[in-house]
This record gives sequence, structure tokens and C-alpha cells, in this order.
Amino acid sequence: MSILINKATKVICQGFTGKQGTFHSQQTLDYGTQLVGGVTPGRGGDTHLGLPVFDTVEQAVQITGAEASVIYVPPFYAADAILEAFDAGIKVIVCITEGIPVLHMLRVKAAMAGTDTVLIGPNCPGVITPGECKIGIMPGFIHQPGKVGIVSRSGTLTYEAVHQTTREGLGQSTCVGIGGDPIHGMNFIDVISRFQADDATHGIVMVGEIGGSEEEDAAEYIKAHVTKPVVGYIAGQTAPPGKRMGHAGAIVTGGKGTAAGKIAAMKAAGVDVVSSPTDIGVAMKKALG
Amino acid sequence: MNIHEYQAKQLFKLYGIAVPDGLPAESPGHAEQVARELGGSAWAVKAQVHAGGRGKAGGVTIAKSYEDIAEFSRKILGTHLVTKQTGPEGLPVEMVFVEKTSQIDKEFYLSCLVDRGSERVIFIASSAGGMDIEEVAETSPDQIVTFEVSPAAGLQPYQCRNVAFAFGFKGDQLKKLEKIMSGMYTLLLEKDANQIEINPLVTTDTGDLLALDAKINFDDNALAAHADITAMRDAGQEDEKEHKAQQHGLNYITLDGTIGCMVNGAGLAMATMDLVKLKGGKPANFLDVGGGASTERVAEAFKLILSDKNVKAVLVNIFGGIVKCDIIAEGILAAVKEVGVNVPVVVRLEGTNAPAGRKILSESGLNLIAAEDLAVAAEQIVALAEGV
Repeated sequence: MSILINKATKVICQGFTGKQGTFHSQQTLDYGTQLVGGVTPGRGGDTHLGLPVFDTVEQAVQITGAEASVIYVPPFYAADAILEAFDAGIKVIVCITEGIPVLHMLRVKAAMAGTDTVLIGPNCPGVITPGECKIGIMPGFIHQPGKVGIVSRSGTLTYEAVHQTTREGLGQSTCVGIGGDPIHGMNFIDVISRFQADDATHGIVMVGEIGGSEEEDAAEYIKAHVTKPVVGYIAGQTAPPGKRMGHAGAIVTGGKGTAAGKIAAMKAAGVDVVSSPTDIGVAMKKALG
Repeated sequence: MNIHEYQAKQLFKLYGIAVPDGLPAESPGHAEQVARELGGSAWAVKAQVHAGGRGKAGGVTIAKSYEDIAEFSRKILGTHLVTKQTGPEGLPVEMVFVEKTSQIDKEFYLSCLVDRGSERVIFIASSAGGMDIEEVAETSPDQIVTFEVSPAAGLQPYQCRNVAFAFGFKGDQLKKLEKIMSGMYTLLLEKDANQIEINPLVTTDTGDLLALDAKINFDDNALAAHADITAMRDAGQEDEKEHKAQQHGLNYITLDGTIGCMVNGAGLAMATMDLVKLKGGKPANFLDVGGGASTERVAEAFKLILSDKNVKAVLVNIFGGIVKCDIIAEGILAAVKEVGVNVPVVVRLEGTNAPAGRKILSESGLNLIAAEDLAVAAEQIVALAEGV
């Protein structure tokens, strides 16, 4: 088992014939993901990487039966792409695009509110169930099928957690990068609740960063509902207030969103918060005995 | 991106938000001249910098004569104004804003912003005007009114009336406040602002409402859609290195330590800074070279780090996903050859093509220390920075 995606998941790519879409689709195919086609408006009927190209997501869904989509379109077109996938009945939408205006995401989230469609990202590496299905830009070879569920707001820091859990021989059930933007799809609670319910996940790694209050909210949830061991790390302990640290969402404002506040909340919920990002794997190994 | 008060007030005028009559000036003579154009017998003269707390820092005066205006302008123009929000170096004052004064009755606080928690545009209003809103939230939260705007329905008149009644407004003040609030909301949506703040909003002796100060922060991700807003950028108010980094597609923030950091990915960059601190060192900067790092970009990043004279050692931490470690290694070599590096450099490469990258570095004959383990790399760099 795993969460969100597995070897049966059929995936399409929006922005398929572009540079990013082409490069990562090839990587995805090499990994063994069931990529069944792609969408580039105006290129319908073409074949790309040996797969059919469609004009619309609706056509792609009708003909291929795809239930997941990965989006590699430029920032100003990404909201449109997400909503097109949503409208066509795609169940898991993964948006990799970085730099989407926050008001675009505000409208997208309002339009999708109250539905069971899952949005992952934007500004994220994607989601992977090792050995089965990779949707996104993460390097596949560092992963290993296993028992740790990883959820993170950062890309390369996720790879760090993956690398360490692989090195410790634990492997990963599913890894979800929820993205570094202030307004985004799945949050920590959405992912952690699925890991708690998933038989293949024995332990959970949660990688947060400064800004917002999602880590604090997740801590409340973990305290009340999670019985599996959770190892946490918060990036940005040395970040100066009021500065945007690369990610649009990583900013401490008015004393809110600090690393210290998040770490305290997580520790109070029983999360093993490591002070060094290099101790994530070891701490999880210890927790799982 | 931030803009100056005078620019924010130009936008306020366009969106029907009442402001005092005022004009910007670049010299004492010009300041005197714009005061004559404005007329009246008293003027507020305000230093234009991208920071709050100007009043307490001596950046604002009330002038009762043209001579006073010229004198204050002479004193403040060309200096650096240090407020509690600027840091010890302060920000350069290249412009003053001259405004007609009004008889103030009461002061209020009003802001409109994109709230990440509720995923809505929200308004924050308080009858404690002229004060730091974070401080009011701490000490007297009951004085703050907050509400969300539905993205589908937009701002409703009743929401504005609720604020007006909380402020104790009467008669046509209700309509005047509604006009200001709908102006703020429309401005935020049309120009992709993150936050618009009026502190204080005042009532005058004649019952009018005026935005006495104006702060707007724009969404950097949306600037490409707004040439008019982008044209308001004042690079002089921004850190020179941060501005330069931006032009090269790098995310760079100056810090006050001695260990330069070059990392791919924002989260890993923050984690690397934290790790340096944990091992007893102090990071000199935050630097994310981004996902699609090319040889040129790595070289630019290196130059940027080394232009900080406080840097005693450089830690490069790359986890290759999209970016390949051999490309990064070549970039480092190119940079070292071009710039000439006279401080120790520790490079940790992991991920895609890491062995090839390490090989390039070790065969280069240059003084680069390759590390596989991040914790060890951090310890090494702290020891090296102290040794210089």
C-alpha cells in the first residue's frame, strides 16, 4: 500500500511538449510511471515521446482514463491548467510550477473548495511512491520502497530526508512535497492523516519551514490522532524576520511563523524534532527500533 | 516589492482613496517650490524610505514656513535614515514628500491583505491608529476588527459599515469609509498587492477621512503583469547584492556572519544556514542557486558571495535532483579561476552525477575540499572560518 498514487495510477502531463514537460516526462517514463499521454493546446493529434498529445484535458481523460495530472506550464498559465484538470475530473493534480501569483492560487482554492480533488503544490517537487509511480521532478534513484512516509514544504530538503531514510535501510512508502507557496493544495494534516491510515507507513517524517502556521496546526492534529512515530525538522531557525527566504511562503512576519514557535508546538505533540537536518534518518531508525 | 509613500498615495488617488494634497521633491529648493504650489500655511515634510518608524527616527517634520521646509530637506536629503525597521545602516533619503496638513480629530488603523491561513483577502481595522498593529494585537486585541472577503461575492457594503460603526463613525462618514475600503480592495486585486496599509487613517475637524500614511507591498510573482508597478521600483532602497542576485535569477539575502553558503533549493539553503549555526559558526548569507543552475549562474553566485568582505570560508551544499553535480562542479571551477578565491571552500555534492562532480573537483588541483557528509562538511567549514 501507499497513499495517493501507486503502480495502477494513470498519469497525463500538462505542458507535455515544452522543455520541462519533455525532460521530466521522459524521466517519469524511465521510472516506470504509467504516463499515458499529455496535453498541449493546439498540438492535439501529435505523438510525443511515443505518447498521444491532446488539445484538452477533457479529451485526454476520456480517451486514456487518466486520474492524475502533472503540470509544467509557466506561472501565469498554471491556475488555468489546474482548473482545467479539476473540471475534467482529474483526482490528483500535481503542480510543479514555481512563481504563480498568490491571488491566482486564492481563486483556484476557492473554486476547488469542498470537493475531494487533491491538489499537490504548486512550487513543489511532486509525489512519489517508490518503485511504483513517480509524478514530479525528484531524482528517482535516491528512493527505495519502504516504510517511512515523508511530507515536506521544500524540494531539495525532501531529497535529503529521502537519502537518509534510504541510507538507514528504511525506505519510503510515499513522499509528498506540498510546496513552498503561501497558498497551496494539500497541507501537512491532509498528508499526515493519510499516512496514519496507511498500513505500509510505519513512521512519518515531517519537514517544515518558517512562515504561516501549518506546522502548528499539524502538531495539534498529531497530538490528537497520530499513533505512529513522527520525526520533524524545521528549516529557517537563523532566518532574519521580514525577509522572504527563497520560497514565497518562507517569511516571518510580526513575530508569527518562527521556527522556535513551530518546534515548541511539535515537541509538545510528541514529535521528535531534530536540531540538525542530518539527523532525520538516524532519528527515524531509532523510533522504528 | 515595496514602494514609497508618495507612490502609494498616487495609486490611492487613482482608486478613489482620499489623501492630503502633496508632492515629492528631490532638493531643498524643489521642496520649497512644491509647497508654494500646494499653498496653505503648514506642511508635513517626510523622508521617503522603504521603512516604517520614520516619525520617531526624525524623518518627519511639520514645517510652518518655506524656510523650514528647505532647512529640513537640506538636513535630511542625502543622508541615511535609521529607523527601528531599517537595520543599523539605515536607508538612503533621496526624496522628500511635502504634504498639506489637516486638523486631525482621531486616528485609526486600516489594512487589507492576502491571508495565507484563511486563503482569503482580509481586512484588519483598529481604533488604535498610529500605533504598531502587532503591538495592539498583543496588548489590546479587543480593539481589532478582522473579517474575510468572499472571493466570489467581493467586499460587501455591510462589512464596511461594521468597521465604520466600530470606529464610531456617523452620517456621511459611513459612505466615505466604504469608498476607501472598496478602493483598497480593488487596488489589491487589480495590481496584485500582498498588503495595503493605512496607518493612520484620520478623521479631520471637518469630518473628512484621509489616508495620512500609505504602505503597499506587491507580489513579486505578479510583477511581470504590471509594468506600471515595476517602474516604481527604487533599487536604491534595496540591498545592492540582493538586487544584483535577482537579476541573475538567484535568491540571495545578506546576513552578518562569516561563512558564505551556496545551496540549491530554498529549504536546503535555510537548513544549511541552521546547520552552520548549530556547529558554532555564523552564516554570511542565504543563497539559493535554484533548480536549473547553469555554470554561469554558479559562477555569478560565487562572485556574489566573495564580494562580501566578511566571508572567511565558503560552504557549497548541492543535492542534485534536476541540477547535475558535474555541472555545478564545472561552475565552481570556472568561478574559482575567474574570480580567484583566497578563502577555503568546502564542497558537498550529493545526488545526480555526484561521483562525477567530486572527481572533477578533486582532479582540478585547486584548493577545494570535497565532502560527502553534510554534518562533516559543516564542522569543517566552521573550523576553517575560525582558523583564518
